[in-house]
Amino acid sequence: MDIYRGIVIFGETADGKLASITREMLGAGRRLADNFGEEVHVILVGRGIQSAVDETFTYGADKVHLLDNPKVKEYQPDLFVQCAIQVCEKAKPKAFLLGHTDMGQDLGPRIAFRLNTALVTDCIDLTIDLDTKRCIMAKQVYGGKAQADFDCETYPQMATIRPKTMSPLEKDETRKGEIIPITIDIDDSIIKTRLIDKVNEESHGIKLEDADIIISGGRGIGGPEGFQQLEDLAGLFKNAAVGASRPACDEEWVSTKIQVGITGKIVAPRVYIAVGISGASQHVTGCSGSETIIAINKDKTAPIFKVSKFGLVADWETALPAFANKVKELIND
Amino acid sequence: MNIIVCMKEVRDPDASSDVFKIDMNNNTLVSADNVLKVVNPFDEQAVEAALRIKDKTGAKVIVLNLGHQLDLVVARKPLLMGADEFILLDDEGFVGGDSWSTAHALAMAIKKIGSYDLILCGRQAADSNAGQVGLGIAQILGIPCVTIARKIEVEEGKATVEKVTQDGYEIIEMALPALVTVSSELGQPRYPSIKRLRAANSIQPLIWKPADIGLEPSDTGKAGRRAKILRLYQPVREVECEFIEGETIQEAAENLALRLRSQKII
Ligand SMILES: Cc1cc2nc3c(=O)[nH]c(=O)nc-3n(C[C@H](O)[C@H](O)[C@H](O)COP(=O)(O)OP(=O)(O)OC[C@H]3O[C@@H](n4cnc5c(N)ncnc54)[C@H](O)[C@@H]3O)c2cc1C
Ligand SMILES: Nc1ncnc2c1ncn2[C@@H]1O[C@H](COP(=O)(O)O)[C@@H](O)[C@H]1O
Repeated sequence: MDIYRGIVIFGETADGKLASITREMLGAGRRLADNFGEEVHVILVGRGIQSAVDETFTYGADKVHLLDNPKVKEYQPDLFVQCAIQVCEKAKPKAFLLGHTDMGQDLGPRIAFRLNTALVTDCIDLTIDLDTKRCIMAKQVYGGKAQADFDCETYPQMATIRPKTMSPLEKDETRKGEIIPITIDIDDSIIKTRLIDKVNEESHGIKLEDADIIISGGRGIGGPEGFQQLEDLAGLFKNAAVGASRPACDEEWVSTKIQVGITGKIVAPRVYIAVGISGASQHVTGCSGSETIIAINKDKTAPIFKVSKFGLVADWETALPAFANKVKELIND
Repeated sequence: MNIIVCMKEVRDPDASSDVFKIDMNNNTLVSADNVLKVVNPFDEQAVEAALRIKDKTGAKVIVLNLGHQLDLVVARKPLLMGADEFILLDDEGFVGGDSWSTAHALAMAIKKIGSYDLILCGRQAADSNAGQVGLGIAQILGIPCVTIARKIEVEEGKATVEKVTQDGYEIIEMALPALVTVSSELGQPRYPSIKRLRAANSIQPLIWKPADIGLEPSDTGKAGRRAKILRLYQPVREVECEFIEGETIQEAAENLALRLRSQKII
């Protein structure tokens, strides 16, 4: 294993800047690399991303492997896999991290299978086993009913990292690094899947991930009209948004884009109010990072109360108007 | 046109957390006897996706299911929905694998089936929560793959797929044969039809062992895996819930608002 050195991170940019998940991975990657006394490499692929490169160094990278080409408009799996393979052949890293994002979920397994190595997806904690000098990757399994520590026994040890689980480093403007160009002919013959169109369905207003307060409804809400009441309640606060459990999305009461949970959005607001949600592990996984969870449910034994700081055992249709009126009165005071 | 659907049997993901215990010696999750085995929910959606194509094109739908001591009632559910054939990769040797060894065995079985236009998987298994096996099979077979689909259309040697993203969806095209992983946004799977019961029960599974798909016992299951579970545990998240009361529900609801205000939460 001595031939394997350093950590490679497949970075992501958003609007030409370094995406927050990449800063988080840099924090985790830096800590791992320092432990080994080795380097952190970041792969950046896109167009017009020079300012993200500089940012990468200030957040802890030693080397950036860069493909900055006007032809690269979007994520393209076949091209991105080739970039990763090229970097890994040169750098022979001990570990390889990606974000558990749209891109990382799709790209990670492709790279792992190409490199003949194992990957742990949706990893929430990274530590080092001091004896074996290997990374231990923790992830939730069985929909969040249990958690497992994994050892990938082949190199590079790969993981996709769940957003908001690792802390970035303080920005250090004095840090510099080396840029290594990725030399790939962008040849259309390697491209097997072609993006025809991209549609944004996100509703206007406050994004779920950015909200300070989230009010989520579940199957117990019973229909779209009930969700309007949750919207009205959210409207009383400065920075609140409405979320939902999967059944509410499946029933098309609300957009699937506001699903909270293991296969929806992972959120960590200051306040999470769950209304008519039972608290299945697959849902709770998506909101357990919230500072305070409050539940309104008519069933006292609903598991959601086990993760809630405050609970109201009640029919929401009766309770919510009274709650909303009181909130309005208190806020206006 | 041949469509292969990979379906995994899992323990009912809706079962409450309390009925599961960790077996520390074997790093496995033990469930109470009354926890049912079911078709992995996303795989049921994959079956549905296949059947929607079958409805239009008359494609043949073959279901592949890997495990040990597989439950025939679970394995036959796709047949009751309308699938045509099923193959069970059922052997002790397949036990204890990871995404790597599972994708390998499934890819070998698909090679043995030989002719296929489309392979469908679920976006992830409810137990592993990995989301890797579909992409793995595609890499091994060297075919294109789109993940997390909500809609699949096939025509003249190509597939057009709507892929779900965090903020919307993408429309992606690729040539067949190809692999697609299916998500819940596809919509409700059809119910198993009682009318098909007799026909489905008369379809017998093909049962393949590792040797039938060209694998040594050392290539598969626990022996063929690359990721090992060192420790399995149930993290305790102890939150003492303060239940807010009142003379009436309205009063309790107002008390909740007051309590949250006094704690500066709202
Ligand atoms: C692989 C996999 C992935 C999944 N991913 C997700 C995910 O990302 N997000 C997600 O949410 N789910 C997900 N699920 C589904 C999850 O397992 C649960 O089925 C789902 O979260 C349950 O939603 P719910 O709480 O709204 O519905 P239910 O479990 O049906 O609960 C409804 C609750 O409403 C209460 N209620 C009913 N009427 C009233 C009333 N009038 N007043 C007050 N309370 C009332 C009931 O007491 C009950 O507790 C996934 C499942 C699988 C298998
Ligand atoms: N044992 C199995 N038998 C058949 N298909 C499987 C098996 N394991 C995984 N799959 C398929 O691969 C998908 C993703 O699984 P995973 O990568 O484990 O999350 C599942 O939804 C299935 O379609």
